[in-house]
Amino acid sequence: MKKIISFLTAALIMCSALAGCSAEKEAVATDGSTSMEKVIGVLGETFELDTGITVTYNPTGSGSGIKAVAAGTCDIGLSSRDLKDEEKAQGLTATVLAYDGIAIIVNPENPVSDLDVETIAKIYTGEIANWSEIGGNDSEIVLIGREAGSGTRDGFESITDTEDNCKYRQELTSTGDVITTVAGNPAAIGYASVASVKDNVKMLTVGGVAPTEETIKDGSYIVQRPFVLVTKADTELSESAQEFFDYITSENAREAISSAGVVAAN
Amino acid sequence: MKKNKMIERVIHGVFLILGLLTVGCVLLITIYLVISGVPAIAEIGLFDFLFGTEWASTATEPKYGILPFILTSVYGTAGAILIGVPIGFFAAVYLSKMATPKVKAFMEGAVSLLAGIPSVVYGLVGMLVLVPAVREIFDIPDGASLFSAIIVLAIMILPSIIKVSMTALEAVPKEYEDASLALGATPVETYFRVSVPAAKSGIAAAVVLGVGRAIGEAMAVMMVSGNVPNMPSLFQSVRFLTTAVASEMSYSSGLQQQALFSIALVLFLFIMLINATLNFFLKKEKD
Amino acid sequence: MLSKKRKLYIGAMKAAMYISTGLTAALVIFLVVYVFVKGVPHISWELLSTKPSYISGRIGILPDILNTLYIVLATLIFVIPLGVGAAIYLTEYAKNKRLVGIIEYAAETLSGIPSIIYGLVGMLFFCQFLGFKTSLLAGSLTLVIMNLPTVMRTTQESLKTVPQSYRDGAFGLGAGKWRVIRTVVLPGCVDGVITGCILSIGRILGESAALLFTAGFAHALNGIFEGLTSPGASLTVALYVYAKEQGEFGVAFAIAAILMILTLLINFSATLVSRYFAKKREL
Repeated sequence: MKKIISFLTAALIMCSALAGCSAEKEAVATDGSTSMEKVIGVLGETFELDTGITVTYNPTGSGSGIKAVAAGTCDIGLSSRDLKDEEKAQGLTATVLAYDGIAIIVNPENPVSDLDVETIAKIYTGEIANWSEIGGNDSEIVLIGREAGSGTRDGFESITDTEDNCKYRQELTSTGDVITTVAGNPAAIGYASVASVKDNVKMLTVGGVAPTEETIKDGSYIVQRPFVLVTKADTELSESAQEFFDYITSENAREAISSAGVVAAN
Repeated sequence: MKKNKMIERVIHGVFLILGLLTVGCVLLITIYLVISGVPAIAEIGLFDFLFGTEWASTATEPKYGILPFILTSVYGTAGAILIGVPIGFFAAVYLSKMATPKVKAFMEGAVSLLAGIPSVVYGLVGMLVLVPAVREIFDIPDGASLFSAIIVLAIMILPSIIKVSMTALEAVPKEYEDASLALGATPVETYFRVSVPAAKSGIAAAVVLGVGRAIGEAMAVMMVSGNVPNMPSLFQSVRFLTTAVASEMSYSSGLQQQALFSIALVLFLFIMLINATLNFFLKKEKD
Repeated sequence: MLSKKRKLYIGAMKAAMYISTGLTAALVIFLVVYVFVKGVPHISWELLSTKPSYISGRIGILPDILNTLYIVLATLIFVIPLGVGAAIYLTEYAKNKRLVGIIEYAAETLSGIPSIIYGLVGMLFFCQFLGFKTSLLAGSLTLVIMNLPTVMRTTQESLKTVPQSYRDGAFGLGAGKWRVIRTVVLPGCVDGVITGCILSIGRILGESAALLFTAGFAHALNGIFEGLTSPGASLTVALYVYAKEQGEFGVAFAIAAILMILTLLINFSATLVSRYFAKKREL
């Protein structure tokens, strides 16, 4: 028994030593949107390489991230939607970090490759229910969407003006889930952050415009939403958090941001 | 000597507190669920909450009816029991009475493994194998449905049904079976007409345990059921009580979040009912 | 000679038994083979020994492995004394049958509560009310409540096998109750405690819903002390996150295969332990 304990202790110390190389400077805590995982991950990592300050990220969702800032349990909140008025009233400030295109995705087998916003809205409200009506195969359209409260769903529904009217077949709780499901069903259509889309699904052009860095930045690809940094207006950020904030909103971060597949705002 | 008595008393007290810890935890959970679950019910109205057929928590005019979730959980559990119990029951009879020691040892290991596999693994395999298969086989537009969830749940309750039934069957006194055999019954008849009735409260406990497992499972069904708050139908995308809580929790706020706690409270009441039933059968088994 | 009807009955029952057992076996074999075929090719030293990097797109599960280890350790450190203490109270002290009944019923209830409810209450109580935030510690404490009945029950079972004569003997020599417990009762429940630990570890490894809301799902690499106060994903939660959020099924199956191997090991060691102690007792 004693041997086991000493072995365990030794193992533990080794683990701690292995992981103990984190910096002395205070870490920056971020909390929020699951869609922003990649961009904040890339930024955090480049920042850490430069300064030695670690950035933690807790993917809890936009709403929780905003709440966490308001409650002071994290430094910077991450939201993939604009702040609501009641949230601004709590003394929170929003700074746009980047713009993210919401890709409309279908199965690669699907012959349809372009839809305009009105048609997308009709599809999601159930007015158009079969792919053959819009030049596809004769099969029922399977609508894949996100769960209530998701920033992506919020963005998609407000742009297509389909709030509360979508006749979803599946409401999935994550971006990866939507992509996987669409990839596995020839009759499915879904929406997901452009950054996360892989080549197992086909991105549609919307009104003839493909989601690229230029079209998202100049606004001609209209299905997009902002990635927002949320901070408290009346409280100062800690030194390291301020440094991180300055870095990611500067031009220097542009490359890192676009490597994550989204378009830098600055 | 007096000092010793003091120490004894203190220690007795410490152990008493430790003993009461489980009771404390149950109270803690109950109180928290009631405190956080009741306000939303009060605001929505008990009747509208329990029997409303529409759930649209983030709509401009939110609707908080959880009848679809309740019915889905009930149907899903019933379906899982319908499929899982016969398979588990017959397998348990075979393993406890007929199997050779080698087969039995192998299967016991297999069943333990089945019990130990994390539920997300079931969800993962279900999502990648079962859901597309259901879509192909039944020629429906999408395979994520109540049916897929039932299959996954049936598989997940198998180990507890097999294990508990086996324990009950193995506890049947050998004399019962010997008497039956001596009277000219064949072994198979003996198992089903003598051993099984003798072990019936244990087997009933196994079924109730299965019900509890099935109704409480969240992660695996979330990955195969589609998650749309429809009224349940076999090949429609559905949402369970558990998945309703799990899928909206991280983004929710205000009344929506409170309503999710209320759903948890309803789920908890179901579980308490099931526990009481389970306890009843277990006591009977002991006597 | 058996009548036709009896023959038919026997045949049907036999067929049902064979089919059910065969089906169960086939299911287990399919699951194991499928997960291993999909997962094992993705297990590499790099996966096991690094943390994920967004810049290079590399995925490593070392933080998740460490987090799992921390959660297991933290949970066991709390749950063992609590569970053993509760068991000792029940078998050595409690005289009121009704109280014992209530305590046992409460334990029964605790083990029947689904993990999603533990997750919610853990979030409300440990993360918010006690102010632990989303952290491994909050997750571990939630798991302590979950595993309390398991440790309590296995310890209780083993305490029952300590012969009453030992206790009487010790009392006869004039030892106080506490002393009897320390010298006679506690050594007798080692096997129960070990079995309880093994079962708890199994349950902790497989847990996802309760940890998702209490421990979060960050993949940061931390030492144990800062690890406990910061959010982090256990292996199972990481599996869920990689499969769902990122569609990285290779990694997800690799983790699934690792978890399955661990499950096998745990089941195996549980059997070994019970066999070892059964033999020891016979001697």
